[in-house]
Amino acid sequence: MKRFVRLLLLAALALCALAFASCGMREDTIYYLNFKPESAQVFDRIAQKYKEETGVTLRVVTAASGTYEQTLKSEIGKTDAPALFQINGPVGFNSWKNYCADLSETEIYKHLTDKSLCITEGGKVYGLPYVVEGYGIIYNSEITDRYFQLPNRGTAVASMEEINSFAELKAVVEDMTAHKNELGIEGVFASTSLKSGEDWRWHTHLANVPVYYEFLDREIEVGKPESYRNVYLTYGDAYRNIFDLYINNSVTSPKLLGSKQVADSMAEFALGKCAMVQNGNWAYGQIRDVNGNKVKESAVKFLPIYTGITGEEEQGLCIGTEGYLAINKNVSANKQKMAADFLNWLYTSKSGKEFVINELGFIPPFDTFADEKPKDALSKQVSEWMDREDVFIVPWVFQTFPSQNFKDAVGAALLQYAQGTVTWENVKETFVKEWARETGSSLPQSPEGGSESGSASDSVSDSVPESLLESMSETGSESASMTTSESASGRESSMVEGVESRIREVLPFG
Amino acid sequence: MGRSLKRYFPIFVLPLLLAFTVSFLIPFLAGVALSFTEFTTVTDARFVGLANYFEAFSAGGDFLNALLFTVSVTAVSVLVVNVAAFSLALLLSRSFRGNHFFRTVFFMPNLIGGIVLGYIWQLLINGVLAKFGVDITFRQAYGFWGIVLLTAWQLIGYMMIIYIAGLQNIPPELHEAASIDGANGRQMLRHVTFPMVAPSITICTFLTLTNVFKTFDQNYALTGGAPGKSTSMLALDIFQTFYGSVGKEGVGQAKAVIFFLILAVTAAVQQGIAGRKERGAI
Repeated sequence: MKRFVRLLLLAALALCALAFASCGMREDTIYYLNFKPESAQVFDRIAQKYKEETGVTLRVVTAASGTYEQTLKSEIGKTDAPALFQINGPVGFNSWKNYCADLSETEIYKHLTDKSLCITEGGKVYGLPYVVEGYGIIYNSEITDRYFQLPNRGTAVASMEEINSFAELKAVVEDMTAHKNELGIEGVFASTSLKSGEDWRWHTHLANVPVYYEFLDREIEVGKPESYRNVYLTYGDAYRNIFDLYINNSVTSPKLLGSKQVADSMAEFALGKCAMVQNGNWAYGQIRDVNGNKVKESAVKFLPIYTGITGEEEQGLCIGTEGYLAINKNVSANKQKMAADFLNWLYTSKSGKEFVINELGFIPPFDTFADEKPKDALSKQVSEWMDREDVFIVPWVFQTFPSQNFKDAVGAALLQYAQGTVTWENVKETFVKEWARETGSSLPQSPEGGSESGSASDSVSDSVPESLLESMSETGSESASMTTSESASGRESSMVEGVESRIREVLPFG
Repeated sequence: MGRSLKRYFPIFVLPLLLAFTVSFLIPFLAGVALSFTEFTTVTDARFVGLANYFEAFSAGGDFLNALLFTVSVTAVSVLVVNVAAFSLALLLSRSFRGNHFFRTVFFMPNLIGGIVLGYIWQLLINGVLAKFGVDITFRQAYGFWGIVLLTAWQLIGYMMIIYIAGLQNIPPELHEAASIDGANGRQMLRHVTFPMVAPSITICTFLTLTNVFKTFDQNYALTGGAPGKSTSMLALDIFQTFYGSVGKEGVGQAKAVIFFLILAVTAAVQQGIAGRKERGAI
């Protein structure tokens, strides 16, 4: 028996030695775990170029669409962990906190045009935005121009530029639907892709607009997670307005949307079957590369997403960033430096910049790009909208959405709403409840009610760190929140009343 | 004898034991241990006791719903698959021209991967449902029967092969004797064929039970849990908990441990019952 144990130990040792030997060989490479599958091939070419110019090997692994978090989870636990990876906003930072190195001393940070875009905590910088993107309603101006030339059209609007509110958008869209045969389209909007996993344009991007206005009213800052442990979807009706418009004036019947994918929508737009589609500048490639594409590059334009909220006349596109690059502080100091050097090269050297502008199609937020402007039609439009003085940008507050589970639940509810099996009230309830569940907060009844449990958890979150709250909600949130509910409910309800009156002022639909 | 066994033990058993330890025992134990912790990656975990287990059963009832749905799908599928597979086996174990060809045809679906099957069937089912202006995500029942149909289609061929092997192992003189004694077809099936293929029935029900219970890719590709999460089976629910939420990895792990326990107990009970029947038959 003794001998057996000894043998087992020996074998185990041998295995360990093997494992160490294999990881020791990777010291001179930078491991980048890439988030964007659409840029995978470009990054391979970048790696080649980087090797030519500096002799350093860049190893790029790309996670398949929608699987970044799980790939990162398994990769970062390995001895040969990624040195460079992406975090998705403050929520992503929360789960990768222990892996993010401070970037405030890096060269590339100094080139960042707007330092407030970074993910920071305690004066240290943990995530660098590497691309600014924008989305809105993309329209084909050839088709809309054809509409505006119709002698029998039913609206007074004379051009797309005139539209600056939901009411006008709705009138034009519905009239276009009425004339769809004359316009040669099957519907005004492309399919509202609600297949599970393909519904991010609705549960994330579209929801961004009402949530942004709610945050504005509640004076919430994205950098303070404790301030948005609950949302009430106070602008739910605005959300419904635009969603109804999308599904009722679409190429596809609302009941069949559950099997539609984003690629279907983009193809419909590219083939001229519809006039509009909600998406962002990253989708230009998807429009351009469709076989039999009928849309001219010069005809692809952006319109802001109007939803019927007072003050939206000055609203612009939704522009922001979701991807933040972080350097893994658990890899060797040498590797961390190599990763920072690579970033610097990519965004400041001549050949690096060329890749960023021409091949990745990024709108980079760094001052080294003062002379280079993006080239594709949609990115150009986004930077034009960014430069406009007369409109305000809707930032990407959706980075505060608590989790993929939350988004999936909302997407599923939207689908059921489209199919007519649940009411809009259910969608709203799902939104509010799932948000609270994923942040580990107790359920709020409604903004007006300011329920005991909802207010209690809010006040707890003021003083207690996030991680503690997580575990409390699992074990003893009952007892913990009980102690503070007395003192907190008063404060909460007064805050909520404030919000409510503000909503009354703002909402046109009472 | 004993001495030489001991001496050669390392040579014969050790390689397998090592492989078993490294690829099964250690991950399994680590998995159980992780279910009592809060973790992001397996190397940094914080002990939280039974909290994950409580949350698995409380959080919105997803897990219980998924359990109920999985049990119903499994029950229906086990019945459908085995009845159909056995009937086909009876048919195709007769000797007629082309019976080998048909066996191959029925076995083929089993060779296609689950994800591909899921997408193909989604297209097929949606194609039919589109006539009524809806699709598979419209109602839970559509997803339920979709999964049952897909499972049946995939598993029937495989089970059929096992049943055919069992049928061919019955000595022909038993049937001959029975027919001389004046038994009719039904009586022969009930009193000769069934008892003689009892071992095959045990194997097939066990295989279908565990296979259907663990269904993931077919479920993922066919419905993805829609509408809502009402057609998520256990494996998909565990996956969604683990990867879909921030900081819920431990809960997902706890669900996986419960999943294992349920499956192990059910399979053991089923084996016990079937085993007794088999012995009774002989």
